[in-house]
Amino acid sequence: MYATDYVKAADVADAAAKLAAADDGKLLAGGQTLLPTLKQRLASPDKLIDLAGCGLSSISKSGDAIKIGAMTCHADVANHKDVAAANPGLASLAGGIGDRQVRNCGTIGGSVANNDPAACYPAAVLALGGTIHTSKRDIAAEDFFVGMFETALDEDEIITAVTLPTPQKSAYIKFPNPASRYAMVGVFVAQFADGVRVAVTGAGEDGVFRASDIEAALTAKFDAASLDGMTMSEDGLMGDIHASPAYRAHLIVEMARRAVAAC
Amino acid sequence: MPTVSMKVNGQSVSHDVADNTLLVTFLRETLGLTGTHIGCDTSQCGACVIHVNGASVKSCTMLAAQANGADVTTIEGIANGDELHPMQQAFHENHGLQCGFCTPGMIMSAIELVETNKNLSEQDIREGLEGNICRCTGYHNIVKSVQDAAQKMGG
Ligand SMILES: Cc1cc2nc3c(=O)[nH]c(=O)nc-3n(C[C@H](O)[C@H](O)[C@H](O)COP(=O)(O)OP(=O)(O)OC[C@H]3O[C@@H](n4cnc5c(N)ncnc54)[C@H](O)[C@@H]3O)c2cc1C
Ligand code: FES
Ligand code: FES
Repeated sequence: MYATDYVKAADVADAAAKLAAADDGKLLAGGQTLLPTLKQRLASPDKLIDLAGCGLSSISKSGDAIKIGAMTCHADVANHKDVAAANPGLASLAGGIGDRQVRNCGTIGGSVANNDPAACYPAAVLALGGTIHTSKRDIAAEDFFVGMFETALDEDEIITAVTLPTPQKSAYIKFPNPASRYAMVGVFVAQFADGVRVAVTGAGEDGVFRASDIEAALTAKFDAASLDGMTMSEDGLMGDIHASPAYRAHLIVEMARRAVAAC
Repeated sequence: MPTVSMKVNGQSVSHDVADNTLLVTFLRETLGLTGTHIGCDTSQCGACVIHVNGASVKSCTMLAAQANGADVTTIEGIANGDELHPMQQAFHENHGLQCGFCTPGMIMSAIELVETNKNLSEQDIREGLEGNICRCTGYHNIVKSVQDAAQKMGG
């Protein structure tokens, strides 16, 4: 790892000021993506600004939504009673990220900010129509995930929390890469009173996206059989050593079917 | 160089280290606690697992500075004098190790697993140890060891 300065921010305003003052500062959350990147010398920030002391770890349930502080670790989301009761898909998603040690450190803010095309949380945030709260504004999920590893965040903008509306039913099923546990394809299905929303991660060349054909079929009838015979276009899907676009297209429908069955 | 202070295996330690020092490097090189291993560069193998404030973490994926003020336990800190921790004893009796490289991390992960869930099924154990890779045993005897220890630890 290249030399760098480590500082712990006292609160969000302090973190924002430190970030603005640094030449090439990076926020440090759970470190489960950033530290492996630094160890491989793929980045060399002059300052690491730790958010651990900013009081951003919390889970609160209001009538129709759950608000999760940016520094809440995956294990806390997975094990929280209110999350499991209101949004089982979200709880199982958090409980299936990486391994126990990754879940004890990695945070929702870090996952969403990073927008890895194979990360799990973006699928939940987009399928649930969530809102990303930042140090500057509120951003709708639809506008937040811009492309592979790209978000609507400004350089000096900090995620403080994410609000996720509570669906009638939800489930997340991923086909994990056997080595990394990231999603080779992951599908989050959320049923709301006004329709079904389905988001796909691990497959799109531009990162997470909504599967409108699957949404339409499931809104018409919320049943795994509604997806019988459905095929997805390979256009815009990733191909790599793990899976071809055609295989990913097939997995999307299959993961969606399993998610509906799990609801 | 900033000073990093923490409690390691019950003892307070304080040292000046560079900001980019990983916690595992601090343990192994600054404190000489070489029981915690480094098996990969990608945060995937779990050989470096320790407990920070009671939670199992990969010490290769945390800066020493992040653990400032924390309570840290490593493989060196779990035995009671000459008496092995029940998890260590169970690995010994059930042949839960061969070369032993993964064992410190495996044991630290397994202790947290058993302490948070006394009624572990075989499947729970296999999933709970997902973050620990063993090249030798095929995991079978590791699972047996954890089942045995879970009983002895009051499961
Ligand atoms: C072995 C392994 C397996 C994994 N498996 C999975 C998996 O199956 N699914 C999955 O989704 N993920 C997986 N991950 C990634 C994991 O979920 C990370 O925790 C997550 O992607 C990043 O969160 P973090 O808190 O660790 O962020 P960090 O690594 O600290 O930060 C990541 C990036 O986000 C920025 N950032 C962090 N917090 C904020 C904030 N509040 N506001 C703005 N920017 C911020 C940082 O500056 C950095 O650029 C895995 C990681 C490992 C090591
Ligand atoms: S050394 Fe491999 S996970 Fe830490
Ligand atoms: S005993 Fe050799 S790696 Fe596990």
